[in-house]
Amino acid sequence: MAKTVFDDLETLKRELIRCMKCGNCMAVCPIYNVEKKESSVARGKIALGEAVLEDKINIDDETLVKLIFNCLVCKSCMMACPSGVRFDRIILGLRSAIAKKKGIPFIKKVLFGLLKNPELFDKGMKAFATMQGLFFKKEDEKTRTPKGFLKQFGKRFDDDFVLPELTKESFRDRVNEVMDVQNPQANVIFFTGCSVNYFYPEVGQDLLYVLKRNNIRVITPRNQNCCGMPVMVHGDIETARELAKKNLDIFEKTDAQYIVTVCGSCGSALKHEYPIILEGDKVYEEKAKKWSEKVYDISTFLLKAIKFEPPKGKVELKVTYHDSCHLKKSMKVFNEPRQLLKMIPGLTLVEMKKPDACCGSGGSYHLTHTDTALKIAKAKAEDIKQTKADVVCTGCPACMMELFEGIHRWDGKCKVLHTVNLLAEAYKKEA
Amino acid sequence: MIDSNFISKCKNIFGAENVLTEKADLIAYSYDSTPGIHREIPGVVVFPENTKQVQELIFLSRQTKTSIYPRGAGTCLSGGPVPLSKGVVISFQKMNKIIEIDPDNLTATVQPGVIIADLNNAVSKYGLLYPPDPGSMATATVGGSVAENSGGLRGLKYGVTKHYIMGMEVVLPTGEIFRYGGKTVKNVTAYDFTSLFVGSEGTLGIITEIICKLIPAPKYRKSMIAFFDKLEDAGKTVTDIVRAHVIPATLEIMDKVTIQTVENYAKVGLPTNVEALLLIEVDGMGKDSVEWEAEKCIEIIENNNGKFKIAETDQERDSLWAARRSALPALAQVKPATILEDATVPRTKLVDMLVSIQKIAKKYNLLIGTFGHAGDGNLHPTILIDPLDKDEMERFHKAVDEIFEVALSFGGTLSGEHGIGIAKLKYLKDEIGRSGVETMRRIKQALDPDNILNPGKLVPMED
Repeated sequence: MAKTVFDDLETLKRELIRCMKCGNCMAVCPIYNVEKKESSVARGKIALGEAVLEDKINIDDETLVKLIFNCLVCKSCMMACPSGVRFDRIILGLRSAIAKKKGIPFIKKVLFGLLKNPELFDKGMKAFATMQGLFFKKEDEKTRTPKGFLKQFGKRFDDDFVLPELTKESFRDRVNEVMDVQNPQANVIFFTGCSVNYFYPEVGQDLLYVLKRNNIRVITPRNQNCCGMPVMVHGDIETARELAKKNLDIFEKTDAQYIVTVCGSCGSALKHEYPIILEGDKVYEEKAKKWSEKVYDISTFLLKAIKFEPPKGKVELKVTYHDSCHLKKSMKVFNEPRQLLKMIPGLTLVEMKKPDACCGSGGSYHLTHTDTALKIAKAKAEDIKQTKADVVCTGCPACMMELFEGIHRWDGKCKVLHTVNLLAEAYKKEA
Repeated sequence: MIDSNFISKCKNIFGAENVLTEKADLIAYSYDSTPGIHREIPGVVVFPENTKQVQELIFLSRQTKTSIYPRGAGTCLSGGPVPLSKGVVISFQKMNKIIEIDPDNLTATVQPGVIIADLNNAVSKYGLLYPPDPGSMATATVGGSVAENSGGLRGLKYGVTKHYIMGMEVVLPTGEIFRYGGKTVKNVTAYDFTSLFVGSEGTLGIITEIICKLIPAPKYRKSMIAFFDKLEDAGKTVTDIVRAHVIPATLEIMDKVTIQTVENYAKVGLPTNVEALLLIEVDGMGKDSVEWEAEKCIEIIENNNGKFKIAETDQERDSLWAARRSALPALAQVKPATILEDATVPRTKLVDMLVSIQKIAKKYNLLIGTFGHAGDGNLHPTILIDPLDKDEMERFHKAVDEIFEVALSFGGTLSGEHGIGIAKLKYLKDEIGRSGVETMRRIKQALDPDNILNPGKLVPMED
């Protein structure tokens, strides 16, 4: 296999050299905005990469490792970069080199190992769902808060922390593997992602409802794996590659024309990261490229791939839309969700101050870097509050969790929904 | 010398959370935006929150003969904040409060770490404007731009940073705290210290507070783009516009290499067979006067055989500006590295300078795209190179030497807005001569007898 930035640090040189250190990334980096430190931002981390290649510092230097992991991989910097520096490759390449040199910490190893075995992972999640009461108190039907003893495991688990109820019956258990319709417009795979499967099954159900109304045949492969994004951002490229290959094998077994996603991170993994991490792989590079072109976020799928039937039911709500970083900055999807929302009768769309500012989730970043993440989340919560919207809507379940937490923490009253939730509601209200 | 004693004293002064000592953290303060200059990893980085702390650091550094490198956001293009020894970097990113906006006296008082764009957002609520607009204004700090006397796109009509500084608080290299100026429009008390400290590149004092002058933000504007088959016609248009007593807020030029590259990468709809384009924007408080200025520009463009497009809506304006905004990003796509120079010539020598740059590019077989602020003669020849190609790097250095030589021969200057720092230090004598360098040394020695403030920058202390 050809050497990529994930296998050989030397190959990073070509990527690093493009950075002019102009500092445009500093204007948009959510972490720099809070911490005001050079090492917080892309340009500082690029300088660290250069120093590693120049033998000025070791890749496993303790502070360097901390600094390299202090990134949300939100790709905001890439949007502002005048030289087209591919910072996603740089940061993941550096993390991959760290993981190779230092090994993956035990706890991550166990978790990532679990991800590679979907049946075991599924059992684990369901077992945890029945036991979640041991760790998280039930606040209401859909909300839980951490029990006191969890505080020792992370600052984030304070009295104000909330998370959605982990479902005991996962989404993929609830539905048939194939949803057939008469004379389908298209035949698609629904890549659910883990968050929808275990935390937001109703997003998945609403997606099926919306697709059914538009006469789409949907295959929801029961044995689909995690997209790989969570392990990739921790530098475990080998596990990410394994997950990617397994998923591609599953896609290959279908006759689907498209893959539809409802999660910015899953979508960008399938669309952008798979071809990158499988670069040079004799068997899978081509497959990754082929399927990459078939991946659509639900909003672009409805508006661009098929003939969309706008809902006629009234949803009289004031809605503000939050741009998921991976949806906007990686998949370049930001117009279509807004277009869809505006097509819903009765719905008013109000923009918040910086709709594409990161919510502060960053996968596990909000647990590992709580202080910074909370400041980012607070700014977002305040921007939402100012709009006085009834609903904040987004296209990514990871953002949904973070927004839900932020709004709860800073006394907002706004409900958090996915774009498909609102679309489905509008269809349901037609009668 | 920085030892554990120095660091523990820094922690006492600034608080442990405002002192960086780990190598990985320090590496991130060893650069600015200047390519290919000598640089060192500093010994320690400190973040002051008030003037007193800055003063204490000066006392400590004087005792221990430690070099201090003041830093804003580190977007300098001449090496201003780059450490040249294992000294102390004093970074103002956390001293970033807007102390007061006084809409009646038309002033804003700010701490040095305030980001220029943030200041403009804040004063825009009063319908006011802080005009200096360097390309990095979304990141750069007011303190850094004052130290560098930064310019920007609006330079021709609105001037540069030095025209908007009414007073300052400075901690001198001897440790005294010095305030001058204030909110009065007129002030001739003592020397004109704005002229001394603005553009001193951190060598004469550390700026801790700044009183900025604000102006009413122009209410109307009109943008147009003009294309020329001959470089000479574009150059004549620039001088004719000024001769007709129209001073546009923006008067930007792009040469053929830049136009073709922009069109190739950004596809903004530019004709690729022209020699030059001008982007012109006139603005003002009165609708009629802005219209008159725009009409005058069009008349001049037509007289000089130019074709033009005028923006009627904000959307159209955005699409015209897309060409200029895409210039650097597009050029950056061609080769791994882009190096931006800022040699500046009198407006009337614009065409001569452009032609000379094209000749130099040909002579050294380099790709140079030139764009820049035509109205004030401030050009940005952008040299596209591969730093891993040794032969190309050698040719690049020779070409830069020649660009400066030519600019000076036209009565121009080494730097219009980026500063001297380290990058252009070796050329300094070519412009201001031996007596000029001596004068600079005397000023530096008088204010900084121990040579602890940003040594090695701007003032060549040895021949």
